[in-house]
Formats: sequence, C-alpha cells, structure tokens
Amino acid sequence: MAQESFLTDDFLGQLISVGEVDILVGVPTHNNAKTVGPIVETIQAGILRFFPRERTAIINADGGSRDGTPQLVVSAAIGDAQSRSKLYALRTLRSISTEYASSPAGGTALRTILAAAELLRAKACAVISPESTTITADWLAALLRPVYADQFDLVLPTYRRHRFDGILLTNLLYPMTRALYGLKIREPYALEFAFSGRLGSQFLAQNAWNEETARAGSEIQLTLAAIAGGYRIGQSFLGTKQHVERRSADLVPAMRQTVGALFSSLEPNFSVWSGKTGSQPIPTTGAEQEFSLEPLRVNRKRLREMFSTGVAELAAVFQSILSASTLAELQGIAGLDEANFSYSGELWVKTVYEFAAAYQKSVISRDHIIQALAPLFRGRALTFLMENRSGSAANVENNVEALCLEFERMKPYLLEKWNGGK
Amino acid sequence: MWKMIVSELTQAMQELARGFAHILPRIIVVVIMALVGWVVAYLAKVILRSILRLIKFDKLSENAGASQLLTKAALPSATDLLCRFVFWVAWLGFILLGVRALGIAGLQEQIAKFFIFLPRLFVALVIMFFGLLGATFLSRAALLAAVNANFPSPRLLSVSVRTIIIIFVLSMAFEEVGVAEQTMLVAFGIAFGAMMLGLAIAFGTGGRELAQQFLERRLVPGGKDEGKGDELSPL
Repeated sequence: MAQESFLTDDFLGQLISVGEVDILVGVPTHNNAKTVGPIVETIQAGILRFFPRERTAIINADGGSRDGTPQLVVSAAIGDAQSRSKLYALRTLRSISTEYASSPAGGTALRTILAAAELLRAKACAVISPESTTITADWLAALLRPVYADQFDLVLPTYRRHRFDGILLTNLLYPMTRALYGLKIREPYALEFAFSGRLGSQFLAQNAWNEETARAGSEIQLTLAAIAGGYRIGQSFLGTKQHVERRSADLVPAMRQTVGALFSSLEPNFSVWSGKTGSQPIPTTGAEQEFSLEPLRVNRKRLREMFSTGVAELAAVFQSILSASTLAELQGIAGLDEANFSYSGELWVKTVYEFAAAYQKSVISRDHIIQALAPLFRGRALTFLMENRSGSAANVENNVEALCLEFERMKPYLLEKWNGGK
Repeated sequence: MWKMIVSELTQAMQELARGFAHILPRIIVVVIMALVGWVVAYLAKVILRSILRLIKFDKLSENAGASQLLTKAALPSATDLLCRFVFWVAWLGFILLGVRALGIAGLQEQIAKFFIFLPRLFVALVIMFFGLLGATFLSRAALLAAVNANFPSPRLLSVSVRTIIIIFVLSMAFEEVGVAEQTMLVAFGIAFGAMMLGLAIAFGTGGRELAQQFLERRLVPGGKDEGKGDELSPL
C-alpha cells in the first residue's frame, strides 16, 4: 500500500470508486490513437465472452499522449461491445485512464498498473500492448485463465512470428535466459502477459523503482523475479504477432530495456542461476512457437557495414570488455565479404558472456557496455538472416535450438569469466 | 707574535664553537622535523593507499584513461603516483618547517609562498583528473552514439570531443596554478574559436545535405519514418 503515494489523487479516487475487482487489464500507452480503440474494444469483447461473471476493470497508464489516446480508451463504451458481440456482462466493467508522467517510461507504466491491481485486490491481471493489432478476444482467455483458474503466477505469450522478427529474443534473450535459469521461456520479454495478484504485489514491493528501472525493461524483470522467486510460470500460444517495422535507432533502446535488465539481474540472482545446468520445458498451452516464412526486405549490406565499422571503430572499447582471442576473431570476420560472412554461434555466445561479465565488473560505464554490444548484435543478426534465408520453419527452429544448446554448453565459461578469469 | 696568533686562533675557534653551539639546536630541530615528517608522511601514504584501494581508484583512473597515459610515460599506477605525491609534499612540508627554524633571511618568504601554492597545485591536479575522466567518458559516449547511428567518421567526432574538453581542462588547470595565465587564456580562446569556426564552415559547406536531412528528420512530420524497414525487428 506504500506504493499508492505516486498515484494521483484523481486516479486514487477513481480506483476507490471501483472497489475490488477479480480481473484487471492494463494497457500502457503513449500516442497510440491509431490502434488503441480497436484493441480496447477487443479486450472488452474478450472479457464479455470469457469472464462475464467476474468484476473487471481496464486501466490505461498513459505516458503523456498528445493524440487523445486516453480519451479513446475511456470512451470505448461497453455497450457497443455488448451489442456487437450479443454478450452481456453480469458485473461492472470500468475503464480508467491516468497519466503517470508527461513522457513515456515503461517501468513507471507497469508500476502504475501493479499498484492499481494491488489497490483493487485483483486476483489476475493482464497487460496488453497498445500496438498489438492482431489481438483477438481469445488472447484474454489464453493469458488470464491459467492465472485465474489454474493458479499460475505468470503467463507469458508465444506467437506465430515472422522468422526474422524478435531476432534479439531468438539470438540472445531466450537462449541466455534458458541457459541461466534452466527454463524454456520463449518470450522472457513480453508486451502481453498475465500475472497473479501475489506476484504483482511481491514485485511491486521488492523492486527499487528508481529512475533507471523506470526506463529499463520492467517486463523482463518481472519474468526474472518470478523465476527467482520460484513462482509458477506458464506460457500460452496467442496467435500471430504482427511485424513492426523498425529503424536502426530503435536497437539501442531495445537492448537497454532487455539486455541491460537481463545483465543487471545476474548479480542479485547469482545463487539462483549459477548452479543450474540444462533446461526444462514449462507448461505451455498451444504451440511453443511458430515461424512464418514470407519474404521480408532487410538491408543486409548495411547490417554488415555497421558491424565492420563497429568492430574497427570501437576496438579500444572492446579491449576493456572482450578477451584478446574473442576480439581477434571478431576482427577476422569483420574483414570478410557478405558471401563469406559468418558470426558463429560459439563466438556469439562467448561475446555475450564476456559482455555479461564485463557488465558485472563495470569495466566501463554499464550503459556504454550495452551500446557497444549493438554493432556486434547486427553481425550476429546478419548471420542468422543468411543461415535461415531459404530454410523451412523447422530449420529456423533447429537453428534457434542449436544456439540455445550452445549457450547452455558454454555456461561454465560465463562462470569462469564471472569469477575473474580473463 | 706566536702568542698573538694563538690568541686569535683561540678566539676564532671559540666564536666558531659559539656559532656552532648556537646553530646546533636548530639543525637538530631540522633533523627531528625531517624524521617526524618522514614518519607522518609515510603514515599518510599508507592510509591514503588503503583508502584508494578501497574505492578502487586505479579502476577509476583506468576508466578515465589516465592509467594508459601513465603507462605510456613509464610512470607508476595512479594510486602509487598519488601516494608518492602526498608523501613527498608532506615530508617536504615538514622539512621546510624545520628549515624555517634556521632563521635564514629570504628563505622564509619562499617557504610561505610554497605553502600558499600547494592547495592550488592540488586543485589543479584534481581538475586535471576529473577533466580527463569527463573527456574519456564523453568521447566514448560520442563514439558509441556515432557508431550506432551509422554516422560517418565516428572516431573524428570522438577525438574532437576529447580534444575540446582536454583543452578546456588544461586552460582551467594552468589558470589555477597561475602559470602563463594570460597566454593560456588567449591560446584557449584562439584554439577553441578556430575549432568551432572550422566545424561550422565544414558542416555548412561539406555537410549541407547532411544538415538538411538531419533537420528534416527532426522537424518535418513523418520525417522520422525514414529508414523504417531497413532493420530487423529486435523484439
């Protein structure tokens, strides 16, 4: 309850007027007017269809939108959803919006939703991304039912994705989380997920919630907190995740949010991950992961150029992060042309583990370490792209699995570096 | 005649002995001060070394880029150097206090000047150290940002940032110790002004298109979408 102090009086007043709820759906937004309306309508339809007897609330945590996003969330009338779906809720469904800050900060948005969930004593909560245009009403059931009915504490999604989407997930976050914590969680950083009230309260209380965590990926921190706390974790197949076009400038913020959060969790969770070997599947509803294979335009030349430039220009930075042998190997492949270019799984794992150890030792500014990994990731992404250019979905899955096993096999190398080996 | 010589010699010897007896306690004071000073300076060195090791000063120095400079100049580590500096300043301070007791005219004024100069020297060294730390951090930040933005000549940008900060820090340090104050101020003004003018001309003529693209991306609605689709979606 101490967390309520950062909530505005107006928001607190609205929450008090709601009372208690069984299910809460949080929608963090920032200038999502183009997509948020239909998404809120789908959420309402999902609630009407699958949870008509439960007391529910939709909470919009907005980061200072200037396009009327909060108004769209609040004005999405339940009556419309009822007349469209011919389904009627037996209990109230309220939509509340609050502006947590004048600029977006994912961590603060999640904190606001967690605090609201705690105040409303929600048994199950789901967070839905305002960009998920492929959402269907079934997503609500897939995420919330295991928490509400089957006592899961965290339910993460799996999707049907394009084989080259989520490449940071397939090449670093999933394999490294799996190797460290021994659980095959496909989307450790998810924008759609559901959690129990007790996990939410515990995460809300234990987290430092400073300026850094407000910007860092709280979503992956929630996953890691659930693993470290021994909570019951599952995953549900939701369906197709739409392809989102990105710019090169999006990579570093994405890495800060995810890789930075993963690296920074290693030290406090050392006792949890250091003794684990191998990996176990977690309860999964539906498919574990599916890949779609349609063609996608990617500028391969630029990926290779940015990798080579990074290796050449950042040599002095890499000297304080990487071992001499790893750096020499990277310099070797930086000189190869596109046809012969190959950043092997083994070298990639060595690179990532050396970066993780350097992050723990703070050999230079931690933010600089994450930024320095970005050009190397582009090299690895290029290799992944070339390896899976003409393969089937099964081939892609096999390649991801091979990389995961490489991460698991080389875990002693991380421990060696962690304990001071150079 | 012989008696006169003996008398003169005796008198001279007595005067020498008197003079020696007069100065001997002062010399003993100098020696005692030097010994006490050595012990105090040694203790200060040991304590400082422990504190610096505790706060990982060498790491900080390495991050600042100071260690690399010291290695290139075949000097000991930053911790060692600072400890030696404190040891010698403290010991020299005690010796000079002792020498002051000798009462040599003119020397006292110089000693007083030395003690007034010491804090300024220390402040100048602190400015240099933190300036170097800031220069290394900011030049690395510029380098990483430029590399990740696919900016042409990232190292040139990084070196420029570092050079500007070092020039600024050097002028501040020299001003603090009062060495060639006016010359340094004028030199800094000329160097900084020339660099800025050069960059402005270079950007204005050579980088006109780049400037246009940059401003369009920032100010024109929809301009931020440029480059979308070239990159793989990371998450």
